[in-house]
Amino acid sequence: MFKILKYTLSDLMRSKWVYIYTTFYLVLTTALFWLSNDLAKVIISLMNVVLVLSPLIAALFATLYHHQSREFTELLLAQPVRRTAIFLGQYFGVAMSMSVSLAAGLGVPFLFYGLLVSAQVWNFATLLLAGIALSLIFSALAFYVALRTENKIKGFSLTILIWLFFAVIYDGLFLLLLVLFNDYPLDNFALGASVLNPLNLSRMLILMKLDISALMSYSGAVFQRFLGTAAGIGVAAFCLAAWIAIPIFGIRKTALTKDF
Amino acid sequence: MIEIRNLKKSFKKNQVLNNLDLEISTPGIFAVLGPNGSGKTTLIKCILGMVLPDSGQILFDGIPVMHEWQYRRRISYLPQIARFPENLTVSELLHMIRDVRQQPSHEQEIIRMFELEPFIKSRLGTLSGGTRQKVNLVLTFMYDSPVIILDEPTAGLDPVALIALKELIHAERKNGKVILITTHVMSFVEELADEVVFLLDGRIRFKGSVNALKSRCGEDNLERAIARLLKGECIPDDNLSGADGQGSAFPKTAGSGLKSQHHV
Repeated sequence: MFKILKYTLSDLMRSKWVYIYTTFYLVLTTALFWLSNDLAKVIISLMNVVLVLSPLIAALFATLYHHQSREFTELLLAQPVRRTAIFLGQYFGVAMSMSVSLAAGLGVPFLFYGLLVSAQVWNFATLLLAGIALSLIFSALAFYVALRTENKIKGFSLTILIWLFFAVIYDGLFLLLLVLFNDYPLDNFALGASVLNPLNLSRMLILMKLDISALMSYSGAVFQRFLGTAAGIGVAAFCLAAWIAIPIFGIRKTALTKDF
Repeated sequence: MIEIRNLKKSFKKNQVLNNLDLEISTPGIFAVLGPNGSGKTTLIKCILGMVLPDSGQILFDGIPVMHEWQYRRRISYLPQIARFPENLTVSELLHMIRDVRQQPSHEQEIIRMFELEPFIKSRLGTLSGGTRQKVNLVLTFMYDSPVIILDEPTAGLDPVALIALKELIHAERKNGKVILITTHVMSFVEELADEVVFLLDGRIRFKGSVNALKSRCGEDNLERAIARLLKGECIPDDNLSGADGQGSAFPKTAGSGLKSQHHV
């Protein structure tokens, strides 16, 4: 698996899109530092971009990579290699290149603006880890969908739909339910529903870390009570890990039974 | 060496392989022929474990291949379409496959044969279709595998490369390899093949030498002999595998036909 991963990475590290993606984060972060020298403010502004964009780009990249390397995958399948090694190697290659792009694009300007001597090191680390977790989750979901669908357009649409669901539709439904069942105690429901969506979960983790949960009023207090504890952080980490593990398990299973 | 029993495979409602039996136990060049959609590529992919059969068995050197991967060390495969990661160079690709296979290889010799030296540092994305097919051939022939499977090896090759390819195949035959070739180019078959394996509707309808096929059909020309076979005019009764009495009423699907030798 590590061989396939190594070559997928070295292939992607020369793709211009990876550089465009990295440059985008570099430019964005630098521009934000221009507007404000306050690291905490920059982290909050970046959060909104990273939480929405990194899963989308990771999903699109994974889908494109899967389709683009289809013939080459066939060549590998005829070699003495395990099927699971090929697909997991390709997945981790894509996921890692997305993570490295994110880390480089955000990290370099932050280091330049004195991250290490500021009090924001851990807040920045939370943002980066959330972005990396989302990249891992959504590239795995996209890889799984791409493996399962023969029709490229259908697979592509489904992947976009999954992203749209978690980034936009989920929150809409969530708010709707909160308004409809306003008369009932909804603390635990709100908590559960947020934990189940990896995007919301990441957002909450960052906001809690930045200690601005007061901005979130009532529900902020509930979340603070939950995520402020070690058990809460444990549950959150477990949920993110499960979000990564389940699609990877799906990729493995499909790789073993699919015809090429 | 390769033994296939009762192989069945369908893609959704389309029954591609229908109780196929095939045994290849002697070295030589075997041309797998048949109209488009007759199951040639599916058969090859089943042998390689890329397509998993619904039922039946494939034994490679006596061992069932289902979910195995070690046996592929003893197979070299040339896929039909030569597309590679665009950003890698030719030498990196060779290095990668060598790294994956971990077997002794002699790529320099093949690179020289196909005159690929000038392209060795080029990125694969910038190569023409024919050059990519040559790279594909290097990847296949650089190993000393007892079984070589070529799916449409002539596609996109210029006459010089085609001659080199034929020489290579001849040399490998002399080394006692089993070589399976699918092609639509009949002159290629006539020149090279020891045996013809003719597939139609997911079964093997004829297996024997080119001359046996010609004399069976009473034709001097292989292309015409195949055409008569497709029409169901000269079904050999001894070599039929899975004969079930309906052989004389071949379905019309045969019309899709064999391309003639125009690009040789």
